[in-house]
Amino acid sequence: MPKLTVNDIEVDVEDGSTVLHACEAAGIEIPRFCYHDRLSIAGNCRMCLVDMERAPKPIASCAMPAGDGMVIRTDTDRVKKAREGVMEFLLINHPLDCPICDQGGECDLQDQAMGYGLDGSRFSENKRAVDNKHMGPLISTVMTRCIHCTRCVRFATEVAGVPELGAIGRGETMEITTYLEKTLTSELSANVIDLCPVGALTSRPYAFTARPWELNKTESIDVMDAVGSNIRVDARGAQVMRVLPRLNEDVNEEWISDKTRYAIDGLRRQRLDRPYARGRDGKLHSISWEEALKTVAGKLRKAKASRVAAIAGDQCDAESMFALKSLMARLGSPHLDCRQDGAKIGGARSGYLFNSTIAGIDDADALLIIGSNPRVEAAVLNARIRRNWLATQMPVAIIGDNVDLTYAAQWLGVEAALLDDVLSGNNKFAAKLKKAKRPMIIIGMGALTRRDGASVLGRARQIAEAYGVVTDKWNGFNILHNAAARVAGLDMGLVPGRDGMDVAGMAAAAKAGRLDVLWALGADEIDYSDFASSFVIYQGHHGDAGAHHADIVLPGAAYTEKDGIYLNTEGRVQYANRAAFPPGEAREDWAIIRAVSGAIGKSIGMDSLAEVRDALCEAVPHFAMPDQIDAVKWAKFGGRAKLSSKPVTSAIENFYMTCAISRASETMAECRRAQQADAKGAVAAE
Amino acid sequence: MSIDDRIAADQPKTFKFTAKNEKEIKRIIAKYPKGRQASAVMPLLDLAQRQHDNWIPMAAIEAIAHRLEMAEIRVLEVATFYTMFNLKPVGKYFLQACTTTPCWLRGSDEMMRCIKDRYNIASGQTSACGRFSLLEVECLGACVNAPILQVNDDFYEDLDYETTGALLDSLEADKPLPAGSVIGRSGSEARGGGTTLAAVKTGKASKSTAKKRGSAHA
Repeated sequence: MPKLTVNDIEVDVEDGSTVLHACEAAGIEIPRFCYHDRLSIAGNCRMCLVDMERAPKPIASCAMPAGDGMVIRTDTDRVKKAREGVMEFLLINHPLDCPICDQGGECDLQDQAMGYGLDGSRFSENKRAVDNKHMGPLISTVMTRCIHCTRCVRFATEVAGVPELGAIGRGETMEITTYLEKTLTSELSANVIDLCPVGALTSRPYAFTARPWELNKTESIDVMDAVGSNIRVDARGAQVMRVLPRLNEDVNEEWISDKTRYAIDGLRRQRLDRPYARGRDGKLHSISWEEALKTVAGKLRKAKASRVAAIAGDQCDAESMFALKSLMARLGSPHLDCRQDGAKIGGARSGYLFNSTIAGIDDADALLIIGSNPRVEAAVLNARIRRNWLATQMPVAIIGDNVDLTYAAQWLGVEAALLDDVLSGNNKFAAKLKKAKRPMIIIGMGALTRRDGASVLGRARQIAEAYGVVTDKWNGFNILHNAAARVAGLDMGLVPGRDGMDVAGMAAAAKAGRLDVLWALGADEIDYSDFASSFVIYQGHHGDAGAHHADIVLPGAAYTEKDGIYLNTEGRVQYANRAAFPPGEAREDWAIIRAVSGAIGKSIGMDSLAEVRDALCEAVPHFAMPDQIDAVKWAKFGGRAKLSSKPVTSAIENFYMTCAISRASETMAECRRAQQADAKGAVAAE
Repeated sequence: MSIDDRIAADQPKTFKFTAKNEKEIKRIIAKYPKGRQASAVMPLLDLAQRQHDNWIPMAAIEAIAHRLEMAEIRVLEVATFYTMFNLKPVGKYFLQACTTTPCWLRGSDEMMRCIKDRYNIASGQTSACGRFSLLEVECLGACVNAPILQVNDDFYEDLDYETTGALLDSLEADKPLPAGSVIGRSGSEARGGGTTLAAVKTGKASKSTAKKRGSAHA
């Protein structure tokens, strides 16, 4: 542990730290452009110069390893002058177009120029101008502003794992570009916008729409996948303008996926802003809340409890699911389910959680992926796997689609029977799994939504037990969910009760005419043609599949428009906050269910969100413990039946459109088009 | 300057190394430790350029990237960094004129003027006849015999307006002058021939000096 003196303050830093870390430990802020905590050190911007005793000239603190006994000064005239010199050079070729630059107000260069810039320019020659580069539908470029810090290049290469960005040319003609200006093929591409310290890479969908100081910033949780990325929702009035990542070392670090960031324009389209009922003409007509509540209550009162069912969708908050569960209990119906896709999970918690936790990925030393493509199902999580692989060359194998995960993975095949081979040691990867100290298995929904999903889960459990995936100190048995609501639903027992039907059972019953009423809470991913004979109550926020088949539509709030609890794939309880109000007459979802229960005369109680939460936390105590993950008891789960010969695939093919919001998003549609055009181009080129 | 300005508009669809070069590539890659094959990128770019009329098409960059398991952009970065790699077609005679300070002090302007007078081309351009391309480059590392004009692989040294003209005449006739100093000095000897140690006889001279020194010491 080297001990340094920084401005007469003595600091101890970890081995392998840099002088910059030491300065930060001493509480001194060092200006920087190229240096970034999560990227490799480039040392090319020279802004972080400090004075070191006995050094003939200032040193770049970001690239200088901290040594014992170093005496550093950051407050000398020479340091100030050196940094001012660097700043002057950076500004020589930087257009001073801050008034029309989207980075204005949150620009590192702008901020640091306040500290180290001159008040005027001494450069009277022509400035350099650089052509803007095409980087796809998400990233807007003004390359004249680029100061060549190469953060974006390092991010694409190191974190995203798509080495497509680079710096061509040299000296004054150096330019950042993708290879032949192709679209970046990463699900994390837009993080380069946050990384860019100037306005060279800015957000294309957000271009020229708002200034940072006009926005109300709300800390919240993402629901586009089951990672539960921590986000900041920036809204102006009723409109969500943008979503930015928020730091959470255990979940998303400081990255978010492109869908998390850009699906939000879907919040403005296809919205359900008032109640609708299907008229005799087969079309939806807007009605008042009174009428809506009366109709729904009438239907529910008339129907026999055994002929009423409820399905919760993939993005529901825990409160509304709990309210729905309470309502079904009051009605006396056991038919409820939160697994739209029919995943064969539930019961013991260890059988449906990402037990190792996301941060636990860093400790794994072998990985078997079954029926999942984490790159599209949980892009941020995939970046963590890649980081481990980069550092340790951890062996990774896939049973399922042979996809490019941005790291080397051995593709074992698509047959589910391979699980039996691995279990019996009759597979080349079995030896690697055996040798590993902390092996990990990730099972995706692609493997669990199959007819034999329970058996796949059971086989995976047997493998886990046989190969030391689960020990006293390590649990590497992981289920990767795709639905943000799923774990909360399973935890509170939003599954068929005694003699209750699951989604498939409901569909069969509806086809046979034995289901009178279906309450679909934000459920847009089921096949509604099965429910043609039932009275469908759709409660949700988008005019997607559910609303199209509904007999009555109750307009709810989207995830940015309500306070809600979400559990991510690890079972981490996180509280999301409202950033804007729902449009029109739409209401928060728990309140709608509460109102219906009152209208039927079977009130579920719970008159405020706080009361819902109290009841929820009483029923399931860990909902009261945000951001805390306790080890779960290992149990016997899963089936033992023979595995079918159907190939194992991953659940999501189209990363950009997985929910009602992202399907309504124009930005996501454009990304999809660009992706398909690229794929077509690649085929044509071959 | 976007990438379109840096590379040729007319690109061949495919590129394949010749069998002879393939063999050479194997030899080059074998020089580097396993897994470090990317280090061979510069020799491979050079091979591709030599094989393909002194310029590198994008198909070759992709072929090299594939061959060395590198990202295409990484190869393009290297190819655009060095002025020695041509990404556009050049004439049969690729003239790289050094105009850095020593050459400039020794009259590189005259050399440049001669080329300009003849073909009316500036740096980066190709003559109307298509046989001569000019590139102004930084120090070629032969300042002792400045100014220098590099024609493809050969250095021509000690040039002035007239001798540059004579050199270009010989190139036009496809009978290039012998490479080296055009005023006939050997290596970087003084203009009038060697002057150092002129009195010392060659052959045993060094041996006897060593002996003398040895005895003096004793």
